[in-house]
Amino acid sequence: MQARLSVVALSVAAVFALGACGQKEEPKPVAAPAAPIAKPEVLVKIGHVSPTTGPQAHLGKDNEYGAQLAIEELNAKGMEIGGTKVKFELLNEDDAADPKQGAIVAQKLVDAKVNGVIGHLNSGTTIPASKLYFDAGIPQISGSATNPKYTQQGFNTAFRVMANDVQQGKALGEFAAKQGVKNVAIVDDRTAYGQGLADEFKKAAEASGLKVVATEYTNDKATDFKAILTKIKSKKADLVFYGGMDAQGGPMAKQMKELGIKAKFLGGDGVCTPEFMKLGGEAAEGHFCSLPGMPLEKLAKGPEFRDRFSKKFGAEIQLYAPYVYDAVMVMADSMKRADSVEPIKYLPLIGKAKYDGVTALIEFDEFGDLKGGAISVYQYKGGKLEYVETLGGAAAPTVKSDVKEAVAEVKEAAKAVAGAATEAGKEAVKAGAEAVKNAAEATKAAVEKK
Amino acid sequence: MDIFLQQIINGLVQGSIYALVALGYTMVYGIMGLINFAHGEVVMIGTLVTISVVGLLVKLGVPLALAGVAGLLAAVAVCMALGWSLERIAYRPLRNAPRLTPLITAIGMSIILQNLAMMIWGRNYLTFPKLLPQVDFEFAGANFTAVQVIIVLVSALTMGGLLLLVYRTKLGMAMRATSQNLQVASLMGVNINRVIAAAFVIGSALGALAGVMVGTYYEIAHYQMGFMLGLKAFTAAVLGGIGNLAGAMLGGILLGLIEALGAGYIGDLTGGFLGSHYQDIFAFVVLIVVLMFKPSGLFGEKTGDRA
Repeated sequence: MQARLSVVALSVAAVFALGACGQKEEPKPVAAPAAPIAKPEVLVKIGHVSPTTGPQAHLGKDNEYGAQLAIEELNAKGMEIGGTKVKFELLNEDDAADPKQGAIVAQKLVDAKVNGVIGHLNSGTTIPASKLYFDAGIPQISGSATNPKYTQQGFNTAFRVMANDVQQGKALGEFAAKQGVKNVAIVDDRTAYGQGLADEFKKAAEASGLKVVATEYTNDKATDFKAILTKIKSKKADLVFYGGMDAQGGPMAKQMKELGIKAKFLGGDGVCTPEFMKLGGEAAEGHFCSLPGMPLEKLAKGPEFRDRFSKKFGAEIQLYAPYVYDAVMVMADSMKRADSVEPIKYLPLIGKAKYDGVTALIEFDEFGDLKGGAISVYQYKGGKLEYVETLGGAAAPTVKSDVKEAVAEVKEAAKAVAGAATEAGKEAVKAGAEAVKNAAEATKAAVEKK
Repeated sequence: MDIFLQQIINGLVQGSIYALVALGYTMVYGIMGLINFAHGEVVMIGTLVTISVVGLLVKLGVPLALAGVAGLLAAVAVCMALGWSLERIAYRPLRNAPRLTPLITAIGMSIILQNLAMMIWGRNYLTFPKLLPQVDFEFAGANFTAVQVIIVLVSALTMGGLLLLVYRTKLGMAMRATSQNLQVASLMGVNINRVIAAAFVIGSALGALAGVMVGTYYEIAHYQMGFMLGLKAFTAAVLGGIGNLAGAMLGGILLGLIEALGAGYIGDLTGGFLGSHYQDIFAFVVLIVVLMFKPSGLFGEKTGDRA
């Protein structure tokens, strides 16, 4: 016993000694870089949070790659803010998609005095963390948290670069109605994202005259869905909507097939991934999902981004990497416009951003939501996501036709002006000019509305 | 009626998987009173090793059926070695330590194995090769597949084999003696180190088998798949009476059935007040009620002198 005690005492002493050493040595590295201060360089710390462990680790890593690519490109390009060269540093944190862990790492980033935060990936972790960033005055841009609550808490620090779930749920509900189904079953994974999307889908589906025959629940760690699917089978649904992620969606589609359920499967952005098709196998064929924004192939900078990404990381883009990339770029762009990396100085300029990113022309509304976020629907076909249509958003065909009409009106009015000018002189010209003005305003309104 | 039958089938298959994993927990607990929390991770390693071996052999041109058998054998071998090393590294040095200490090393081993698997196999979900052809059956309106039948059969056979081992062989006799009293058994000439190592090795082999079954059934695998499965199987073992082999089997199947029926009917029974997200609560309420009236589980022996 005596011997043991002394061992304990020794080790305690050792720990103290180590601690003391650590304290003594700490000031050294701080003092060291002060000497060779030849090139003044400002270090900009950008925090990034996503789950890089746990069931959604593949998506978390994808986000991290997106942020890393942006940071490396920014550093390679070299950027000057306020007359000094800045160097961006990415601080990656893992929240394991767990709201509690999300708040802990958020506090860690706040304590590290980051200049801005990109993330988190999940709505469930982003919402509680956003309060901490708001209190610390740190701007936050998420590339993937789609739950509407995130930007509706009155935090001026919260932004997102993709359409939210009100827009997505609505588009999906309307899309379901167009497929000619009557009875729908809804399943969600009880996360802020899944539940939020399912609720919005339900509202839209009911508004479009669909009947919700079953509402079932699972969780974001489950692998077996046979019990709830059997119940859905008994309610004879023609479409199963799933609010959740690919890791559950894929096996769910497979188990639907095994149970002989012939209903269509429809999901949001969480299941619109290569992973879903890998996990669902043949059972994924013919089902639908949606993604905020336009398909990468249809975007001017999309294919080129995909090449850069796969060349750099040797991996396929899973889901949100382009959005996270844009989020970093918007933040850097706002710093440049503010000519400062201080959160308090560049924060007001994020709201005024007008950045032509990979995924969209990024402008924010008064809540920090993306203006005119589009939703695209895809179908799984032959192991690939096939683009079906885009609903809502500035690039939608409906807007284009509105604009066309308005332009035609302007032209007609102009013609009238020309005609009137020759015939009836000044007064008619005035009236004509007013007509042109009105028509122009109508055009503007039509564009803004969408 | 067909829906009820379908739910029974769902529950039976799920329950058989729980039972197969629960056997590993209960075997170790029965002999040394230790809850091996790393057992779920052994199952996970079994699944992932099978994927790697089958993938490699198929690439080399070995027919799938043969590769599947090789994969299963490789998984069993790796898991047996893993079980043996776990016992040697994490538990044997602590055999005389307070009961809480090995519990903590067990949780530690579980975390280490998860992270090791993440480093080896990555973070992505892996698809399990289709080892058995998809054969669908329909009976009275309920659908089931050949894989489901095999899962139920394999767990029943394994369980029977294990009972034979424990009650009809010399090693089994040594195991029972060790479970009654470690010191006395050792004084009577039982090599307790070997018996305990055997319990770990056999339990891990069962875990590998369970891993292959889970993989074949869900066709996906992930480095964290063992955690939830392990927790559920542990619950099943407690429900049946931990330390009792038949109890683990029964507890597993009961848990599977309760979950399936709970998810299927709880909404209708409560008029929509409780939904299928209460399926786990339903299972745990049953567990609490059973433990209130039979604290040692349904088949558990009196363990007063143990605790």
